[in-house]
Amino acid sequence: MSEPTVIVPAKAETPFRRLVSEFADDKLAVGGAVVLSIILLVALFAPLISPQNPYDLSKLDILDSRMPPGSKSMDGITFWLGTDGQGRDMLSGIFYGLRTSLAVGVFSGICAMMLGMAMGLIAAYVGGRTETLIMRLVDLQLSFPTILIALILLAVLGQGVGKIILALIIVQWSYYARIIRGTALVERRREYVEAAICLGLSKPRIIFSHVLPNCMPPMIVIGTVQVAGAIALEATLSFLGIGLPITEPSLGLLIANGFEYLLSGKYWISFFPGIALLVTIISINLVGDQLRDILNPRLQR
Amino acid sequence: MTVFIVRRLMQSVVILLVMSVIVFLGVFAIGNPVDILISPDADQMERERAIRALGLDLPLWEQYFVFLRNAAVGDLGRSFVFNEPALRLIFERMPATLELAFTAVVLSLVVGIPLGLYAGLKPQTATSKGIMAGSIVGFSLPSFWQGLMFIMVFAVMLGWLPSTGRGQVGSFLGIKSSLFTRDGLAHVILPAINLALGNAALIIRLTRAGVRETLLQDYVKFARAKGLTHRRVVGVHVLKNILIPLVTVVGLEIGGLIAFAVVTESIFAWPGMGKLIIDSINQLDRPVMVAYLMMIVFLFIVINLVVDVLYSVIDPRVRLQDVKG
Repeated sequence: MSEPTVIVPAKAETPFRRLVSEFADDKLAVGGAVVLSIILLVALFAPLISPQNPYDLSKLDILDSRMPPGSKSMDGITFWLGTDGQGRDMLSGIFYGLRTSLAVGVFSGICAMMLGMAMGLIAAYVGGRTETLIMRLVDLQLSFPTILIALILLAVLGQGVGKIILALIIVQWSYYARIIRGTALVERRREYVEAAICLGLSKPRIIFSHVLPNCMPPMIVIGTVQVAGAIALEATLSFLGIGLPITEPSLGLLIANGFEYLLSGKYWISFFPGIALLVTIISINLVGDQLRDILNPRLQR
Repeated sequence: MTVFIVRRLMQSVVILLVMSVIVFLGVFAIGNPVDILISPDADQMERERAIRALGLDLPLWEQYFVFLRNAAVGDLGRSFVFNEPALRLIFERMPATLELAFTAVVLSLVVGIPLGLYAGLKPQTATSKGIMAGSIVGFSLPSFWQGLMFIMVFAVMLGWLPSTGRGQVGSFLGIKSSLFTRDGLAHVILPAINLALGNAALIIRLTRAGVRETLLQDYVKFARAKGLTHRRVVGVHVLKNILIPLVTVVGLEIGGLIAFAVVTESIFAWPGMGKLIIDSINQLDRPVMVAYLMMIVFLFIVINLVVDVLYSVIDPRVRLQDVKG
């Protein structure tokens, strides 16, 4: 995707560039990546591009409530996707909701990845009882569905933004831990590690700057899948009323708000946030699928 | 085999005990049910009497031992809200949940296996590609939103099916279920499809992958060479061999469905234990929360054990052993 006017001299093939061109082989995945970038930009710049600040109560007019998509407000703003029960513009609500949903999903994903990596590396390197303990915990956790674990945690911890992020981290870390332990056990027997040991490098240095980078490809792949899962799980919990509080509405809460109006045929309050959620999840999964194919060493050409 | 089962049962007891500590401590250390259950107008005397009646004045560890002693005889406390034994409350709601989960499993198998079989046998046709694309959407669709859309289309717009409740409950051979009445069946359709959809997508993909792998095996080629009909090759030789992964997944998914019924029950106001737990969390009805969580963990341990044993029965190559560790 370089500028068409410049004739690019044949560049040396770096691993990164090869990955980019391999990624571009699948049109569906590229489409997913484009949609995902747009969603990320929208979430990032939500306050700038929203027609209305949906949480500024002084801007809301109760007379504008439950207007169908495309209708105009008292002061001339068009509600492209209609309004909710409080006269809030749905489009703006979705922009802000995406922001919350993505922030919670990505942040918990990154924390879970770090926790899982630490535990997995400890298991692989320390071995013995520590390894048994960690891996039994992982096995135990993976034998229960994520929603059940989240439910147990939220019942135990109570509710709130911090609590739900914590619950999402605890739900996800075991996936990362299992994968990285497996990868690290393979990598530590490779020749480059032996070479590093012969050079007299310290153990932490070998682990963090030699083994870890080589464990990253599978982590990135499950990372995408896990973030999509986390976003869906958070939306589900928020829908059930045990997730994020009303002050920080995510897409799940927007959908829940529309539930009561659904039965009287006012579909748009639940419909559009759901579409936004669905598109986000599908585009992350498409990108993740393609990443899995190009990063899988067994399929490498 | 016996050793394996005994060991697993012992592990299960340990897991249950650990769970009971976690759940009890967590659930009972957070939130103050006194504020919720006793009206703010109550005077000091009334408050104290209520606290003593509910056993909330004892130190936490003492409350735990009382809880454990009672749990051993099947008493997991009384619901603050319903003033009924929590366990009985859960057993009352359980048939509705099991009925829903059972219907969803059957539905996903009946839909998933034929579609997966077709997509595996004729992978290049447009129908097969459509089936596979559909299964991806089925995977990605958040189940709660999909349920809402079902209500919107089939209950509100078309008015074909009812959207809330369990309907009339019929009785057959002493089993009470809404599957035995017309009204009950109409009520169960939407929630069951809602619960089954993700599962059906999974079964389609598993069946397809299994079929494509099995078709390349020598015994299938041999069966063909022997001149067996296509029908017999697929129906006997292929289908039998894809059963192994299917049984495992379906077994484990039954547990998943019972857990996910929480979502479906909340949407369709299905009076099962999933709806009960959500209501209890919102009302801080702690005995019911504890009873539900203990019950579901127990259920899961049983399901996992049964699946492991079944697995070894179906596939003689699998020998059950305890992993050294």
